[in-house]
Amino acid sequence: MSGPKKLAIIATKGTLDWAYPPFILASTAAALGYETQIFFTFYGLQLVKKNLDLKVSPLGNPGMPMKMPFGPKWFKGINWNIPNAVQSLVPGYETLATALMKQTIKNNGVATIPELRDLCREADVKLIACQMTVDLFGFSHSDFIDGLEYAGAATFFEFAGESDICLYI
Amino acid sequence: MADKELDARGLNCPLPILRTKKMLNELTGGQTLRIIATDPGAVKDFQAFAKQTGNDLLESGEANGEYTFVIKKKA
Repeated sequence: MSGPKKLAIIATKGTLDWAYPPFILASTAAALGYETQIFFTFYGLQLVKKNLDLKVSPLGNPGMPMKMPFGPKWFKGINWNIPNAVQSLVPGYETLATALMKQTIKNNGVATIPELRDLCREADVKLIACQMTVDLFGFSHSDFIDGLEYAGAATFFEFAGESDICLYI
Repeated sequence: MADKELDARGLNCPLPILRTKKMLNELTGGQTLRIIATDPGAVKDFQAFAKQTGNDLLESGEANGEYTFVIKKKA
């Protein structure tokens, strides 16, 4: 095979936490000289919306630490183990968890999703939205950022078939 | 003395690498870039970056929780 290495990613998740892996890996691969494509399908379409409104849910996610992004060190270290039943009953719980996560991201010097997405676009990462799921969810092309391509599975394989690395996220 | 300097302190993965790549684009072959970072993961990442992009990692050091790297852009 000739030319640069190729990375193909399928992004299927639409939450704030799962927005990170595709954009971090794609932007880094591009910086390393890879030719990179991300195919956004199902909930992954949320990652290429013009207005990003990504949330994270600790509900049913026992792997997610619930820590406070403020206060003294001992307080930040506490893991707030809130039962699922309580989480599901409290209105706005997800919004609160999302706000806390965003603050933690900021405190740790971690890039925001809009920032990483812009870095991918600057680095010519090709972004493709699955037309079938766009229709399925009743979205229209105007909901999405400019520069997206709309295509289907066959288009994905055209690139993925020649890729060195292929990730399903 | 490096030709350019990048302050990546307080930034976390993958930002130090992405900013480095961007700044290297502004240099010509043979010029050097000095990077200061605080992300401990950067030590391995800069080795990996240099190896995969063909740019030379001339220096890699640590002092008082800050990591310094010097990269020479490939000709």
